Amino acid sequence: MPSTRFRLNGVETEIDADPDRPLLDILRGQFGLTGAHFGCGSGECGTCRVIVADHAVTSCDTPLWSVAGKDVTTLEGLGSADRPHPLQRAFIAEQALQCGYCVPGILMSAAALLMQNPRPTETEVRSALDRNLCRCGAHNRMVRAVLRAANEMATP
Amino acid sequence: MSRAAPKLPVSLAANPRLSSWVKFDAKQVMVSPGKVEIGQGIVTALAQIAADELDVDIGRVRMVRASTAESPNEGVTSGSLSIQQSGRAIRQACAEIRQIFLAAASDRLGVEASALDIADGTIAGPGNVRTSYWELADEVSLDHDATPGAAPKAAARRALAGSSVQRLDIPDKVFAHRRFIHDTALPGMLHGRVLRPERSGARLASLNENGARAVPGLVTIVRDGSFAGVICETERAAETALGELRKGATWTGGEALPDESDLAAFLKAQPAESTVINTRLPTNIGAKASTLRRQYTRPYIAHASIAPSCAMAQWSEDRVHVWTHSQGVYLLRADLALVLKLPAENITVEHMEGAGCYGHNAADDVALDAVLLAKAAAGPPVRVQWSRADEMTHAPFGAAMAIEIEADLDAQGEIIDWRHSIWSNGHAARPGRAAQPALLAATELANPFPRMISSNPPQANGGGGDRNSVPLYDFPSWKIESHRLLTMPIRTSALRTLGAQGNVFAIESFVDEIAATRGEDPVAFRLRHLSDERARDVICAAATRAKWKPAPETGTGYGVGFARYKNAGAYCAVIAEIEGAEDVRVRKLTIAVDVGEAINPDGVINQIEGGAIQATSWVLKERVRFDSERITSNSWTDYPILRFSEVPAVEVELIQRAEIEPVGAGEAAHGPVTAAIANALFDCLGVRVRRLPITRDSLIAAIELAS
Repeated sequence: MPSTRFRLNGVETEIDADPDRPLLDILRGQFGLTGAHFGCGSGECGTCRVIVADHAVTSCDTPLWSVAGKDVTTLEGLGSADRPHPLQRAFIAEQALQCGYCVPGILMSAAALLMQNPRPTETEVRSALDRNLCRCGAHNRMVRAVLRAANEMATP
Repeated sequence: MSRAAPKLPVSLAANPRLSSWVKFDAKQVMVSPGKVEIGQGIVTALAQIAADELDVDIGRVRMVRASTAESPNEGVTSGSLSIQQSGRAIRQACAEIRQIFLAAASDRLGVEASALDIADGTIAGPGNVRTSYWELADEVSLDHDATPGAAPKAAARRALAGSSVQRLDIPDKVFAHRRFIHDTALPGMLHGRVLRPERSGARLASLNENGARAVPGLVTIVRDGSFAGVICETERAAETALGELRKGATWTGGEALPDESDLAAFLKAQPAESTVINTRLPTNIGAKASTLRRQYTRPYIAHASIAPSCAMAQWSEDRVHVWTHSQGVYLLRADLALVLKLPAENITVEHMEGAGCYGHNAADDVALDAVLLAKAAAGPPVRVQWSRADEMTHAPFGAAMAIEIEADLDAQGEIIDWRHSIWSNGHAARPGRAAQPALLAATELANPFPRMISSNPPQANGGGGDRNSVPLYDFPSWKIESHRLLTMPIRTSALRTLGAQGNVFAIESFVDEIAATRGEDPVAFRLRHLSDERARDVICAAATRAKWKPAPETGTGYGVGFARYKNAGAYCAVIAEIEGAEDVRVRKLTIAVDVGEAINPDGVINQIEGGAIQATSWVLKERVRFDSERITSNSWTDYPILRFSEVPAVEVELIQRAEIEPVGAGEAAHGPVTAAIANALFDCLGVRVRRLPITRDSLIAAIELAS
């Protein structure tokens, strides 16, 4: 089995696996990282999004080979209860979810947005999250939370 | 004046043993509701109620997930009833438990109970004497039945109820802590997948297993009649093996599907059970000058949970343990017992969180799939997860509806008689309520059970297809009739609001049309026909907040919608602001809601916002698609839902009534939002769309019909 090297949440990683396998399958299977969720398997819902380099991608249809040598960040790598990312703090402050199954992908899309555009407008936030689906209807809270996090990050 | 003897809340009367609700251990309070978290925040609201009544810090409250092993049996978590049922039971049980501990503390400390206070579980009295729930727990037995005597605290003395406590589950969900069943792995767990036909009810004629047998990691192939599945060491292998099995399968038969383009004709042509839901007999009404009749339809709607349904099961001899995100662990157990022909005691069903379900989706079906596969695995636990396509095509749908309303008007255009008729499949085919199981795989076995034709809950429980069909308006006479289909080519069961969304859409559209015909303001018309003060208050609050009615502007329209959910639950009024041209865009929804006592105001607002956005999605986008053979809307591309850039602004005003028993909020907004959007469209374009969803096509059809 060929091996693929990449950085996973900041740690150099090497894995022997079929390079055509979806990244999501590797993350949840081999690595036991369940932050990224399976929703559709065809890149339509976005709950599996992780950041590769500085873009949020749907890991369910991203083959392992395509992340060779790159940085992969999952929700586990975004922050923790002890060291939360401003987005995680903001989602709690705004109570920005209902069931929360879509949230991992939304947090990663938002994190990628803030990497590229630290002070987005509301319209830009909505546009950045447009390829993430939420079925419970927590959209507006999530948008408020992203703007809140952006604001917090901009005013240290 | 005589007073009725106090009665226990229904859930407590059904599960009176106090220890089944509350236990004290290690400086914590374990609270065991029979209701489950489905993303609605119920667990937090129930923790608030318990903490308040017991006088403990909410941080000490541990909410136990429902399980048939020891939880109270509260049926199903549905119908916006969890606050009403579980909340009242927990409040009452905790009030009595508090009294029992105060009495025990009084004995131990030698102080009158009335001189004792409880703060964060410490019971203290004059002279600095003190003990606590936990010190007394060994000597105080709660293994006895609740009695109706204990009085819960007065509203004003509650510290937490009425405040927006942060939800207990949210930190786990933003920090990727494993909370969902999907993220849980049991030791030695295998992975299963089940093969389903494209055509509903098709029989598996032949199955070539060679391809699947060659897949590395295959443990076994399971077949029982038309039920076929694979068990593998990894999820990946299970997917591959299922793909191979599909190639080797040939199917025969199956049910033909109706004409999607004319659902009303189909619904009205089917054999049906007709029921008069309600009549108000005319009293000295005026002479009829004209009659107006309109027909409204809504399509089949998918629950379309963001997560595919998932379950795990593990057998040990003739006993099985099931992990599920079902809304009713006891009801699922009852159906599993029917299928397995086992005593219910041999089956333990334990809840774990899944994604929002919005009613009866495939959660229960996948649990039986897991149980059947795990039986073949004979020992190791088996996890089964449905595919996105199966979730969108094989789970039950919300039933399509055709609704006809006819009103007789007098010479002044006032309503003197009102007739409302509904044609629809039943809106409930949940497990655990009949002599036959409601689970999908049960219909596929070699000795199959028949597919359960969905029925309607009685009006006393809010009704099904007829939910919210009885007008709240003071019309002088009416007759409401429901025709429940006795055939079911497309599988239906409970979807959020059951028939209420369709009925409120029809009533509120029709009322709006009559008001417009009279040249009367639609808010004023509604108020003139409503004597219920709480109903008037929500309408006035929404209208005031939306500055009803803003000056007309080309391309913009405003509409109103109102209902009291189930005519007995939450009151909700909505003003919709839309942009209408070729496409309709909902810009803003201004909502007022009254749930009585709001235990967690932000939780109520979150539910109303979510309901409003989901309803907007139903109205503008959603429709299960099918041809004569199969459901074709099997992906998010074919079953689109509202996206971030399309979501309207939502403002919610909560009318707090701490003295009135609380009711749920999860389903209050759907009907009023639907109607408000349709009415705003008329305001904008002068066209009544009576067929949901409101798309470019249905708008063009309505314009053609009107011209």
